[in-house]
Amino acid sequence: MVDCPTVELQALDELWFQVAGTRCNLKCTHCFISCSPHNDSFGYLGLEEVERRLKESIEHGVKEYYFTGGEPFLNREMVPILELTLQYGPATVLTNATVFKTDWLERLRDAEAASIYSLEFRVSIDGPTPEINDPIRGENTFERAMRGVQMLVEYGFMPIITMTRTWELEEDQDVLGRFRQVLHEYGYTRPRLKVLPRLQIGAEATRTEGYGVHDRVTCEMMDDYDAGQLICTHSRIVTDRGVAVCPILLEAPDAHLGQSLSDARTPFALSHGACYTCYQYGAICTNTSVNQIEQSRSTIT
Amino acid sequence: MLLVCGDGLNDRNIGRLNLSNLINTMQLAFFGGVYNNYLALDAAVRDARGRGAEKLYCLGDLGAFGPHPDRVFDVIHDAGVECIQGNYDNGIGNGMDNCQCGYTDPRDNHFAQISYDYTYENTSQCHRDWMKELPTEGRLELDGLSVLLCHGSPRKTNEFLWQSTTSTHFLNKLADDFESELIFGTHTGIHWERELSRNRRFVNVGVLGRPENDGRTNVWYTLLRTGDDAPSGPYEIEFVPLVYDHERLAREMAGEKLPEEFIETIMSGWWSTCLEVLPSKERRAGIY
Repeated sequence: MVDCPTVELQALDELWFQVAGTRCNLKCTHCFISCSPHNDSFGYLGLEEVERRLKESIEHGVKEYYFTGGEPFLNREMVPILELTLQYGPATVLTNATVFKTDWLERLRDAEAASIYSLEFRVSIDGPTPEINDPIRGENTFERAMRGVQMLVEYGFMPIITMTRTWELEEDQDVLGRFRQVLHEYGYTRPRLKVLPRLQIGAEATRTEGYGVHDRVTCEMMDDYDAGQLICTHSRIVTDRGVAVCPILLEAPDAHLGQSLSDARTPFALSHGACYTCYQYGAICTNTSVNQIEQSRSTIT
Repeated sequence: MLLVCGDGLNDRNIGRLNLSNLINTMQLAFFGGVYNNYLALDAAVRDARGRGAEKLYCLGDLGAFGPHPDRVFDVIHDAGVECIQGNYDNGIGNGMDNCQCGYTDPRDNHFAQISYDYTYENTSQCHRDWMKELPTEGRLELDGLSVLLCHGSPRKTNEFLWQSTTSTHFLNKLADDFESELIFGTHTGIHWERELSRNRRFVNVGVLGRPENDGRTNVWYTLLRTGDDAPSGPYEIEFVPLVYDHERLAREMAGEKLPEEFIETIMSGWWSTCLEVLPSKERRAGIY
């Protein structure tokens, strides 16, 4: 057992909601929490629960709200949840874009227009072609998701396309370039893209392999490291079982920190293989508009 | 007049913000990122003085984007503009090899690097040294108001506080944590303000370095009035659109062989590079 650093919650900047639990209409082979149409391990969050948490978040000074699942739009209250959230702060929803209805997007367009805050869509598509995407996300999911992107663009949104890297790191720029071109062809002329690393837990541990025993963050590795790159230093996630440390480690018992946001402000031990991936890549869960790198603060005397 | 190193800023305290100032003057001007745009800075100084501003402050990022980096320091010195450090000043001052902008789009990184390398190479060592020593925040006590000056946010120099991605309760907490009635920042390039609880306020003062991605060529700075100059309340904020000789700036940028994309922004008012960090609302306001 290697030694294991513990990190403090520096500020609760982002509050996540596991709004669809582990229920998803797709069954991606790399899903780090093995979501599927039949995985009820975590349940939906209702509008009332989200509202209670939004109110609770005010005193914590939460800056932004994120919604994930599963597929958030399987939750029948997703549209009112986002409409409500936009009265509190900026909202980002992570979706596979395969289940949209036009009246939902119309309502969400109007809600964002009435709000001072942005509503961001992050759409998961795992490569610029069906040949790369569909073996991971399912048959015809590339075309269905691209149709979802087209719908978002038609309603004035600028979705961030996120893709999990199932290719070599050095191929990133080639893949991104091809993806930009494809998105142009589908009518999305100002595409925003983000590559995510694979998390070798859940279904992905079966698809390829899990973490090795030495794929861990050690105390020495934290020397001169900007801990702010780790989501657990600035985020927590609300689930139907209480508040957990991050969207990635939901299946780990030690990830569940308490019932209230105040309870969940406790430090967290970076004992998991997935913590190592977060450490390596940094800021993997946040939007590009919050990208930042620590700079030294001058000492004021 | 081109500043000769050792002339003017050789007194290392000139232009550097005194960290805690008790001020009784009634009108102050705040300038955001200058981005080498010494023509806009000079115009802003004259405009602010003409409107009665008694003190002038710059919230950092003196370099980037524009031509002739050293010329900014002349204006700062001559006008007595007090400065805090931005992320760019931190980078140039400490001899870092890039702007630490955190872009992932290679096109953004390409243009950011051109800008950074040009600015670094054309900034005299004495000015680099001076920027390195700038404080990262400033505090003013102003007619009973506690005012905090920062670059990105009070807690982090390069934190982006965009209007559309910053909740009001987050800003209230900053005002609580940093015990400030007024917080002034810049960094994003677009001016905005938010009224907070207990009549407190967050103000992004805008930038002088480039227009605001709205199809207009003017830039922006901010005036703060207190006391008798603020009849409607304890203070007043005014965002000031500033017209300057942007065509001359564009000519000088071309003369320095800076990228056409940068010149296009100065001439059109639309941002064409480094767009990745924009949230969707701010991004949609532009055309690229």
